[in-house]
Amino acid sequence: MTISRRGFLKGVTGSAVVLAAGIPSVEAKMSTELPSEAVGLLYDATLCVGCKSCMVNCKTKNSVPGGALYKDGVVPGVVDSLLCRKSDKTEAMKSPPYETKTIAGNEGIWDASQDLSGDTLNIIKAYRNGTGEMKDSPTNGHAFFKQQCLHCISPACVSVCPPGALIKDPKSGIVYYDAYRCIGCRYCQLACPFNIPRYEWSSPWPEIRKCQLCRHRIAEGKYAACAEYCPTGATIFGKVTDLREEAKKRFAMKPGTIYDFPVQTFDSKSTSTRPVAAYADKIYGLTDAGGTQNLMLSAVSFELLGFSKDIPASALPDLTWAYIAKIPWVFLGVFLGGTSLYAITSRKNKNGTDKGDHHD
Amino acid sequence: MIDFTTYAGPKIGNALNKLLDDRHSRHLGIKMDTPFTRVLVFLILGAAFVAGYRVIFGLGASTNMNDYWPWGLWIAFDVLGGVAMAAGAFMIAGAVYILNLKKYKCIARASILNAFFGYLLAAISITFDVGRSAVIWHPLIMWQINSVMFIVALHLVLYLTTLATESSPMVFEKLGWHRALNAVHRIMVGAVMFGVALSLLHQSSLGANYLILPSKLSPLWYSKHIPYMFLVSALMMGFSMVSFETILTGKVFNHQVPKNVLEGLAKGIVFFGSLYFAMKLGTVISGPGLGVLLHDGFLSFMWLLEMAVGVVIPVMLLAKTSSRKNIETIFVASILVILGVLLNRLNVGVFAVSSYANHVGSDYFPSIMEFVLTAGMIAFAILGFKVCAKYLNLFPDTGH
Ligand code: SF4
Ligand code: SF4
Ligand code: SF4
Repeated sequence: MTISRRGFLKGVTGSAVVLAAGIPSVEAKMSTELPSEAVGLLYDATLCVGCKSCMVNCKTKNSVPGGALYKDGVVPGVVDSLLCRKSDKTEAMKSPPYETKTIAGNEGIWDASQDLSGDTLNIIKAYRNGTGEMKDSPTNGHAFFKQQCLHCISPACVSVCPPGALIKDPKSGIVYYDAYRCIGCRYCQLACPFNIPRYEWSSPWPEIRKCQLCRHRIAEGKYAACAEYCPTGATIFGKVTDLREEAKKRFAMKPGTIYDFPVQTFDSKSTSTRPVAAYADKIYGLTDAGGTQNLMLSAVSFELLGFSKDIPASALPDLTWAYIAKIPWVFLGVFLGGTSLYAITSRKNKNGTDKGDHHD
Repeated sequence: MIDFTTYAGPKIGNALNKLLDDRHSRHLGIKMDTPFTRVLVFLILGAAFVAGYRVIFGLGASTNMNDYWPWGLWIAFDVLGGVAMAAGAFMIAGAVYILNLKKYKCIARASILNAFFGYLLAAISITFDVGRSAVIWHPLIMWQINSVMFIVALHLVLYLTTLATESSPMVFEKLGWHRALNAVHRIMVGAVMFGVALSLLHQSSLGANYLILPSKLSPLWYSKHIPYMFLVSALMMGFSMVSFETILTGKVFNHQVPKNVLEGLAKGIVFFGSLYFAMKLGTVISGPGLGVLLHDGFLSFMWLLEMAVGVVIPVMLLAKTSSRKNIETIFVASILVILGVLLNRLNVGVFAVSSYANHVGSDYFPSIMEFVLTAGMIAFAILGFKVCAKYLNLFPDTGH
């Protein structure tokens, strides 16, 4: 034997303890609390007229440096990633990423997004049933609904991202994306219960695209473009605590009550006065996936609108954390258990044969 | 034999000469230039082409994955399957070096090398699967410990290093580097323990990747215990893989393996197979209920197929002591387990999200290029193993 067994055992036990203690555990768990200054959107489908002004402005206002659709060329993107630094490009893009090839006969004419995509962060879709006459009626009616990132309080996408390219702002709670970190593994797409993140499948240096709640505009003292350009007050921007109260108030009101709906922001002076609709089952986002910062109201139930009904009402990252927290113990267990087994079995062997501890 | 000292100078040339000396493995009768090898090389070239195409034109041009089906064949088969196939190594290494079960020593080198190639296959495939291959190392410096994938990435690198360390004596031996050999021997037991810990975690972590999908993964496969089911099925696969390749290399390279080794391995298959069966059944009963096995159409069929092929039939085949003495029975049972566990990984990785993805109007079937890359990677692993069997002393205690 080249080194003494005692020395070896000591070394192994020592390194196991260091390993187990060196892995930070408790503080690393993701928060399930609403951040102090959390902001979000309240989308009330019963006010939405399907004008898509929010979509148009989402696209243009995000195609500027800092915006969620802004992108450098491939080469600077690769270089930034390789050197692990944020992009500092400020040149304007040639054009916002319009989707002009999605339907036949529309070669290069207008932006016709069919779904969320690598080029579309926010989409208004229509629900139709029977004759489609009555607005907001589940049968023989029609309704609009909005799809975009809901800015989860405990976002699955952030928790699964291996290099931490998706980040939840600790103050505003906005879930944003740091492109240079991303490795393009698409785990965020798989993990998001609302299936929001989209990928630039056709790019050789693809990015993940999703709504970042106009974080770049908030930094300039403005707010989300979709809310600013919504003429009806269907989409409003505000503090999450306020929006929750507002949503609960509307939900509790008797259908038909005349109400002053704020337009653009929760505390806006301009309002739109009209009767309150009969809301369906629930306020979407209060508890879904542990709660989201964007909230939604609708007169047609969310299940009929195509929202998954299987999403748990608790924070998803907790499911993985329960597993991850056990990892240091596995190392400790294997090293302690393995060392003692090794000690026992080699002693036994020594008594028998003398072919001791040199294996290869 | 070519004398490399004339081409590469005395130092490197000598080392090359020693490495390429295959006297010790002559009795195995491995021929390099066979039709089979040519097929392998052809497949590898195909994969290399796909890899290049994929890097230049992106994932959309080369695969059929999409926003609703972000992970496809490469993750499900190459990564989940390749890693599961490599489970034999840490078990055999642990048995030989930690538990001092000397009888398994004759197959230790082969199974460690096999695992090395399994992991290499997984590592190369995932490099091309991520959209930004050139920065796949980011997680190693940008830690994000809430992510199971980060943990998998870290383990993959550490474990590849460990496997390389565990295999290195074969190379050092040939080169006659005694100092290096001694150094490796000294840390061997520690390295093996590290490898065991990493493997336990790695195998279960691949299952833990799916913990966050309670609303997307079919209830036939989703369970809070999916990490442990991945681990137990990997152990079952490990025993099968080792006995499969022991019998196979015995047949192809004509060397003999002690029967009691195979018997021990077969017992392992039965034990872990039964445990796995109980876990799988328990999940279905406590989750969606047994009825789902009949009512969920295609998915039920896939579940039943996976269980029949990979668990029920092989365990029944090996249940009797007498059948565990029959090499042919063990061979067949091992192959079934391997196929069954691979099918399980495909089910989890591809099919189990289908009902969710179909609901939102999406579909997925791997593209030709996805198949070509996967086939090439398998060929690469086989060829690599063959080359090593020829030039390294893989079966030290058998034959001569
Ligand atoms: S909705 Fe999806 S993408 Fe948005 S924060 Fe939640 S998990 Fe992330
Ligand atoms: S694709 Fe990018 S953002 Fe999404 S999980 Fe992977 S590294 Fe993170
Ligand atoms: S949310 Fe507002 S801007 Fe968007 S479509 Fe509806 S009414 Fe128009």
